[in-house]
Amino acid sequence: MTGVSPYMPGYFHSVRLTAHHCKGCVNCIKRCPTEAIRIRGGKAQITEARCIDCGECIRRCPNHAKTAYTDCLDDLARYKYNVALPAPSLYAQFPPHTPVNCITSALNKLGFDEVFEVAQGAEIVTLAIRDYLKRSDIKRPVISSACPAVVRLVQVKFPELIEHLLPIDAPVEVAARIVRTERSRELGIDPDEIGLWFITPCPAKMTAVRQPLGSEKSNITGAIAISKIYGELLKALPSSAEQCSGRRASWVGVGWAVAGGETTAAQIDHSLIVHEIHSVAEVLEQVALGKLKHIDYIEALACASGCIGGPLTVESRFVAEQWMKKRLKDMRSEDTAKGIVARQGYDEVAELGVNERRAIEPRPIMRLDDDIFKAMYKVEVMDKTLGKLPGLDCGSCGSPSCKALAEDIAQGTASETDCIFRLREKVRDLAQEMVDIAQKLPPSLGKDNSKTGREDDK
Amino acid sequence: MITLEMQLDGASFETAGEASSRVKKVLQQIGVPGDVTRRVAIAAYEAEMNVIIHARRGIMTALIYPDRTELTVADEGPGIADISLAMQEGYSTAPDSVREMGFGAGMGLPNMARCSDEFDIETVIGEGTKIRMTIYHEKRP
Repeated sequence: MTGVSPYMPGYFHSVRLTAHHCKGCVNCIKRCPTEAIRIRGGKAQITEARCIDCGECIRRCPNHAKTAYTDCLDDLARYKYNVALPAPSLYAQFPPHTPVNCITSALNKLGFDEVFEVAQGAEIVTLAIRDYLKRSDIKRPVISSACPAVVRLVQVKFPELIEHLLPIDAPVEVAARIVRTERSRELGIDPDEIGLWFITPCPAKMTAVRQPLGSEKSNITGAIAISKIYGELLKALPSSAEQCSGRRASWVGVGWAVAGGETTAAQIDHSLIVHEIHSVAEVLEQVALGKLKHIDYIEALACASGCIGGPLTVESRFVAEQWMKKRLKDMRSEDTAKGIVARQGYDEVAELGVNERRAIEPRPIMRLDDDIFKAMYKVEVMDKTLGKLPGLDCGSCGSPSCKALAEDIAQGTASETDCIFRLREKVRDLAQEMVDIAQKLPPSLGKDNSKTGREDDK
Repeated sequence: MITLEMQLDGASFETAGEASSRVKKVLQQIGVPGDVTRRVAIAAYEAEMNVIIHARRGIMTALIYPDRTELTVADEGPGIADISLAMQEGYSTAPDSVREMGFGAGMGLPNMARCSDEFDIETVIGEGTKIRMTIYHEKRP
């Protein structure tokens, strides 16, 4: 790969391959939204610079060869004070009659000193979005940056849309920032001795912890998959709600778990909600062509149905969505009855730099070569090669489509005979040539002999 | 130089954007800066939409050089009666049925002119329109 930008070592990725489980089938390569996977040597190979950690391949792999690396409960021992930051989507894993209090006290039983709801961070971000949209100097439509997989999709495939991304940290970062500052002050412990653990529905969030988008350094210590602790959580669920200390988030923040929750919370009039990574890419393509100018805000989520459909959740997204909607309905009436209101201001966080996030860098992957002349030559090679390929997009060559194979050939990482149809044609041509040659007799053999030979056969 | 030639069919709303997306993809592949790529894509898309809304058929040709992209969109259509009027923002001759769908907002030509560095339009009433646009790959200062 000479002069090619895609390979940039040093990227942390949560999505991993367990090689001995991989059969080299083409399920994952065909589903990857950034065409980051190739089959080489009978195993899937992820191009790090292209991977956005959306987890489509995890969902797709029939052999469970694709997994997500997340932290585990044993890691808590390294810190003096541990706080669980449950994503609102965690609540959707339980039926609506299991109160949030029960879920949080179960988390306490697993070894956390405190539970701080990410939904509280969502309430703050909700307010910040409203304020941001009032500005007249911003590029519209604004694209939500809550989903890290979507942010990375923009970085690699739509770098021209980076300025449309909401420049505000995701709810979990905001929540983490509040807890770390407040607890270190109240408890008088070193901020570094506080372990902040995000209970995550997806690998993209895990990656965001190790490789922050925007902020210089993530405030989160680690991420633990919902699916990893679900079993223990079930066992630890108390029969009745125990007293839960601290502020409880309102339905406004909890609703972020489901697609549409963010825009409902922020009460945005001209908004568009899109979920499922391929659909997100389609909508972003429209924004790139200058359409959708009448839209103020795009809530874009990589997983179908939103975070409740994350690859590291356990419940079916359809069940989870129904449960969550019922829970939200109950919460709304309960909140009104108990006088629980969502946050009205975020002055205490504004000074923590919600609005001063570092710009998100483009990470374009489409470019074929750093040298424009070479790149143009490669485009021509691609075009010519594509014309010779069957266009079936079968994936047997190890590339996701004929177009991708043509690109790989232009880049010198694959050859035309990797295509089984082209290979078969070549074998046929060769066989034909052999037959032709076999029929050619040396001048020393007479034609009559061969004729009589044939007649004898009859 | 890379030449892309694409057929455009009038009233074919379902394929709208395909031609411009193709031009955009090639520019991304050769590493043209994002904001320049975006201007080419928007100019191409607006021109593509004009053919789909107003004309019977047309051809989009993109000549991509290392330093610039030349877009030509020639159509067989009604032609433009008053170019200076058509260049005004908000002026549109698109039928109501099309406008109700969110197209034909009268921003097409002004948008194309804004996105391109050189803009030229030729039109013959009852025959068709030819728009030529050049966009340089160097970032605007």
